[in-house]
Amino acid sequence: MVNFGFTISVTRAVEYDKNDKGCAEYVALRVPSSSACIGCGGCSATCTAGNLTEFNIRKIQMLMKRGENQLYKEQLHKCMLCGKCLTVCPRGVDTRGMILAMIEYMREK
Amino acid sequence: MFTFTSPNYEPFVWPFSIGMATLLIYITIKYIKWIYEFDKANRIKILKGLFSLGTLRSVKEIFLESLVHRKIYRENPMLGYMHMCFGLGWALLIIVGHLESSIYQASWANTPYYSIFFYYFLPAGAEYWGDEVFGFLMDLILLMILSGLFIAWGKRLYSRMVGMKKTTKQRPYDRLVKGVLWSIFPLRFLAESMQSAITGHGSFLTHSTGEFFASCLPVETLSYPLWWAYSLSLGIFFLLIPGSRYMHIPTEMVYIFLKNWGVKLDVKLGPNGELRGLSKFEVYSCSRCGICLNQCQLLTSLNNESIQPVYFLRKVREDVERGNEINNCLMCGRCEELCPVDIDLNALRMMQRQDHSVVTDETYSYIPSLSKTSPIKTGEEYSGCRKVAYFAGCMGHLTPRVIASMCNIFNKAGVEYHFIDEGGGICCGRPLRLSGNRAAADVLMQKNIERIVATGAEILVTSCPICYKSFKEEYELPIMVMHHTEYIDMLMHCGALNIRKGKERLVFHNPCELGRGCNIVEAPQRVLGAVGEIVATEFDGKASLCCGGSLANTVISPIERGRIAADALSRYTCSDPDCVVTACPLCKKNFAKVKQPVPIRDISEIVAERC
Ligand code: SF4
Ligand code: SF4
Ligand code: SF4
Ligand code: SF4
Ligand code: SF4
Repeated sequence: MVNFGFTISVTRAVEYDKNDKGCAEYVALRVPSSSACIGCGGCSATCTAGNLTEFNIRKIQMLMKRGENQLYKEQLHKCMLCGKCLTVCPRGVDTRGMILAMIEYMREK
Repeated sequence: MFTFTSPNYEPFVWPFSIGMATLLIYITIKYIKWIYEFDKANRIKILKGLFSLGTLRSVKEIFLESLVHRKIYRENPMLGYMHMCFGLGWALLIIVGHLESSIYQASWANTPYYSIFFYYFLPAGAEYWGDEVFGFLMDLILLMILSGLFIAWGKRLYSRMVGMKKTTKQRPYDRLVKGVLWSIFPLRFLAESMQSAITGHGSFLTHSTGEFFASCLPVETLSYPLWWAYSLSLGIFFLLIPGSRYMHIPTEMVYIFLKNWGVKLDVKLGPNGELRGLSKFEVYSCSRCGICLNQCQLLTSLNNESIQPVYFLRKVREDVERGNEINNCLMCGRCEELCPVDIDLNALRMMQRQDHSVVTDETYSYIPSLSKTSPIKTGEEYSGCRKVAYFAGCMGHLTPRVIASMCNIFNKAGVEYHFIDEGGGICCGRPLRLSGNRAAADVLMQKNIERIVATGAEILVTSCPICYKSFKEEYELPIMVMHHTEYIDMLMHCGALNIRKGKERLVFHNPCELGRGCNIVEAPQRVLGAVGEIVATEFDGKASLCCGGSLANTVISPIERGRIAADALSRYTCSDPDCVVTACPLCKKNFAKVKQPVPIRDISEIVAERC
């Protein structure tokens, strides 16, 4: 295949009805500011962990809200909780708080 | 000694005696239990400390802090005086009273109650060595306590009288016990006055009031019940102490001894997550004075009146749900700084934060091994005598101007340095630790130690106070660690930097982790003084405010952080400075999010411009 320097995501459907929204509900309750995210990706751009590996905090948030917990569960612990994402977010989302809430939720599960 | 026909015995001594004996037995058992929980190192410290200077220091400290309440004096003289009246006053009443009764009896071995009710037992017309002086002293001491009581009443009505905006909301039980405590001294005063009218003892206070009472009241009938009431109030107070905040009175004294003997806080919780050992002493030493309340910016800016140490420790004592209190704290240390009892407030909270981290070999395997990071210059490649490794930190990378300024300063001073996290490093681990995740923090710490040691540098310089604190306290590095303020100060001192002083009026915001956290106060002041005019504020040095950005708080929202920042800035800028200077990239970033009346800059930016 010709390499154009970019790829197109494989089409896939998000099964909103079947997915587990438990985590999303827990996070929405614990960290109300999470609803303000506009998906700008500022958090991922600055992320200390994201600069070194496949770890995308913006994407994790999105997957979490969709209830696709299995897709990011293993990733969570790569975060160093450094707080850079929280400091740069233009929408005042407590991203660090969200990660902590997700970790707590997964642990209780 | 308990000869029931003795002229020195009356049934009313029983309430007092029972109360005191019960209390003594209770606290002795309790303290022995807690000390039993100490680890071996701490127990050895107690044994060694018993016959050391620490014991003498403790006695001095108990006098100055538990009785005179010197630290509260510094906070507010009126409040200090009030506490001194109760502490020192009561102690003097006991000591002088005992001395007086012993002289009269010509024996030191009296029953404890004898000196307490001495004026009742003293027959009319009795004379003994120094009777007039003692009478005068005892009246003076009683007057002092009563005056303290008046201030305490006043404080209830108008707390600003003693400089407090907010006072502790006490539980009904504590209020009850306080009521009993407050009744003790007026009852003694009345009993002694009436007695004085009968037997003629007493001095300027009790004698005068006694004569007055005699003119309008049947003192003969009233005096005996009043002695009963006095004894009852004492006895009830002693019996109520264990469940009340007044447990701090005996506990604080033992805590002072333990502290001076070098006993360290054991940060590990017990098997069921309970506090043990010294932390128990600390928790019970809190007098709920409420001084911490007025320090806390969560109260002043966010109106949160529940997480402050006074309430947090109460919840710990009562062992009730406190998840929010544990996590909703900036760990700014403002409360700890002024706590008159010197309780390790931050540590007590930190140790209760849960470790949620799951670290396997995989978790942080993405962190590149050394060979893949920027090339390491070994020690030999440096020419300067002091080899420096610079660590900007995660937050440092959010403020590129701080990094550029530091590089500039290194170059101007002719220092060869190795920039450890130039291409973006990893976190120091303190934010993980602050949120309880100690296991993960340890992994990052190991990775960083490898990197730092591999540079072969002799000094590690960092721009972030958060990193600085963890490098200094947790890393146990074989090399010197300096915050950039300290390092610039050192360069200035040895003449490596030529700084031109400017005319700008500067206010310095000392970051929590640097000033209170690591005791760095003078270096930044010297640097600041060299670049501009320092404008003094009431928040200088260790009295600094928190910017609200603290990563130790995992509960408040970014909007609330903004409110703390805006309030702090407006307090810093009352004196209308040209610039607010800080020395922490997170502070700078957090202040940058709110409306700034004046520019906020890092100290290194100003130095770089002026050298
Ligand atoms: S920076 Fe804030 S708004 Fe942007 S994607 Fe991240 S969380 Fe959402
Ligand atoms: S806290 Fe975690 S997600 Fe946020 S920037 Fe740091 S490493 Fe990335
Ligand atoms: S923690 Fe310290 S300052 Fe706060 S109420 Fe207790 S003794 Fe007072
Ligand atoms: S450490 Fe700071 S935020 Fe926490 S209780 Fe004390 S003053 Fe308040
Ligand atoms: S960022 Fe600075 S002021 Fe704010 S909490 Fe940390 S050290 Fe304190």
